[in-house]
Amino acid sequence: MNGLLKGAWRYRHFITSSIATEFRLRVARSRLGILWIVIAPLMQVAIFAFVLSAIMSHRLPGIDNRFAYSIYLMAGFVAWFPFIEIVNRCVTVFIENANAMKKIAFPRIVLPLICIGSASVNNLIFFAMVMIAYVLIGHAPGMTILWYPVLFLVTAALAAGLGIVLGVLNVFMRDVQQMVAILLQFGFWMTPIVYMVEIIPEPWREWLKLNPLYWVVENHHRVLAYGQAPDAVSMIGLTVLAAMLVMLGLFLFRRASAEMVDAL
Amino acid sequence: MSELVLQAHGLGKAFRRYRRELDRVAGWFGAPIAPAEERWVLRDISFAVEAGQSIGIVGRNGAGKSTLLKMIAGTMRPNAGTVSLSGRVAAILELGMGFNPELTGRQNVYHSGGMMGLQRSEISGLMDWIAGFAELGDHFDQPLRIYSSGMQMRLAFAVATAMRPDVLIIDEALAVGDSYFQHKSMERIRSFREQGTALILVSHDKASVQSLCDRALLLDEGRLALDGTPESVLDYYNALLARKEGEAIETHMLDDGRIQTISGSRQAQVERIALLDAAGRPVDTVGVNAPVTLRVEVLVHEDIPRLVLGFSIKSRLGQTIFGTNSHFLGKPLDNVRKGERATFEVGLPAAFVPGSYSVSTALVSGESHIEQSYEWRDLALMFSVVNVGEPPFDGISYLPVDLRVKRG
Repeated sequence: MNGLLKGAWRYRHFITSSIATEFRLRVARSRLGILWIVIAPLMQVAIFAFVLSAIMSHRLPGIDNRFAYSIYLMAGFVAWFPFIEIVNRCVTVFIENANAMKKIAFPRIVLPLICIGSASVNNLIFFAMVMIAYVLIGHAPGMTILWYPVLFLVTAALAAGLGIVLGVLNVFMRDVQQMVAILLQFGFWMTPIVYMVEIIPEPWREWLKLNPLYWVVENHHRVLAYGQAPDAVSMIGLTVLAAMLVMLGLFLFRRASAEMVDAL
Repeated sequence: MSELVLQAHGLGKAFRRYRRELDRVAGWFGAPIAPAEERWVLRDISFAVEAGQSIGIVGRNGAGKSTLLKMIAGTMRPNAGTVSLSGRVAAILELGMGFNPELTGRQNVYHSGGMMGLQRSEISGLMDWIAGFAELGDHFDQPLRIYSSGMQMRLAFAVATAMRPDVLIIDEALAVGDSYFQHKSMERIRSFREQGTALILVSHDKASVQSLCDRALLLDEGRLALDGTPESVLDYYNALLARKEGEAIETHMLDDGRIQTISGSRQAQVERIALLDAAGRPVDTVGVNAPVTLRVEVLVHEDIPRLVLGFSIKSRLGQTIFGTNSHFLGKPLDNVRKGERATFEVGLPAAFVPGSYSVSTALVSGESHIEQSYEWRDLALMFSVVNVGEPPFDGISYLPVDLRVKRG
């Protein structure tokens, strides 16, 4: 475990410069360049804020604003987007870098770290856009926003742990990435992001709570949409789960790394 | 004996297959599940390399050369044995790894250098040298996609060798590229060697093994078949390439310590071989450009449809200076009977540089020894060339020259 940390630390500059490179590559040869990195999430937010709110202008219980649904929706996506981006990228990261892993000796742990880093930056930009939209529609965030970094860390750690576990397995069983694509779709609808949990009939509601993402998203709702502190019990539960997944991920990664290049 | 920079001890690599991949996963958690199949591609490879030594690894496709290099370079882990390396190791298993066509040359240098473990400040310090070696001029800050392939290769090589490593590992990477690039990269590698870098090279190109390496390893079917001078290893490798089922390869230690390899089906055999001077006397030393005759007497042990004698004259390092055969020269012998003898006399000028030479002979059925080799005999004859009457010259062979000078 120590070796993993040492390798990552030795390559810290490589990790940060690779993240910067990824963004640079995304906008290479485009006229607007780095602006695109902002324009895409901006448009997404604009759709959530203005288009959807025009169609669905219901007031939601607990949010006193004409844009209540938009606010709710954006809070949910602030939780969901980084989660799926990190999971999706980690699942395929080893396969995509197969040739580099075979031909260059470097600490392989930097590969998922680069993915996690770049997904984080990406989603922090999205978060910033959401905050701007909140201010514009009269939902300026209060002091509870200070909880957001904690929420983000827990979400990212959950996603990273799960992503590394699945990414390692995917090297040996390529079915994993197909299954992940389907399960994430399923997970999206099993989590109250576009709907409120209150519309689910009572007996089913309890089942939704078995989904850890339910708690991730609900805590984002509390902090971003309702201006409350996160629910302590669920946050502790999520932190423990995230820590366990990260440990499992690193354990599998270490065990598998000897055989990974053989299978790629 | 100088310091050892690399020690491989009992190295082995096995690729494991499991009945189900889940068995493999269970194995990581300590479940005692044996793999369904274990295919050993390398076994029991041990050797040591001293600082400044350069080693060529040869072998047929699939002999395990690249796997061995990957284990030394550290991208693949051995299933048995250990590799210990001292000092900085640089491996060029593929040129231009980690390059991205959309990034500029400079950005690519930072990226791929970083991937090789160089710190940003180190790369910045080497940048001028890299730009100079790659000869990119104004292109350095333009995207890689507009580079010619020569530029890309020079840049990739420059990054990989910007800092002198203690051990440099190269896998065929230099076979690509134009001759300018090859000269340039060879020059760089030679200067590293002079400064004490150990070189490990996999190559199909015998000439580069001969000119760069002072030792060679032959891998065959996953095992270390021979470890010796490039000359003896390449001779044996040649024999291995031509070997048919059930044929033996003999090796003899000659008086001067060199190893002679004899292979083939032995249906025909060189009985006597000699080099004769203009007067027909056998000699072992000849003057530069003196007319000589190579006489080879062959005894045929079984009826064979066709007999061709090939020969090559090799320098001390084992490089072929000249070679041809009786098929190319238009005199193959057809339907040769058991017990028949044939004498071949090849007249040629000894247009060689002073030094010592060897002659290899091949008795074959066609134009190459791969078709059917009756006998392949390396170091069949040794002779020396001295300069007695010609003006001094330099190079790899003698050419008769005619100098005309006009003054004023």
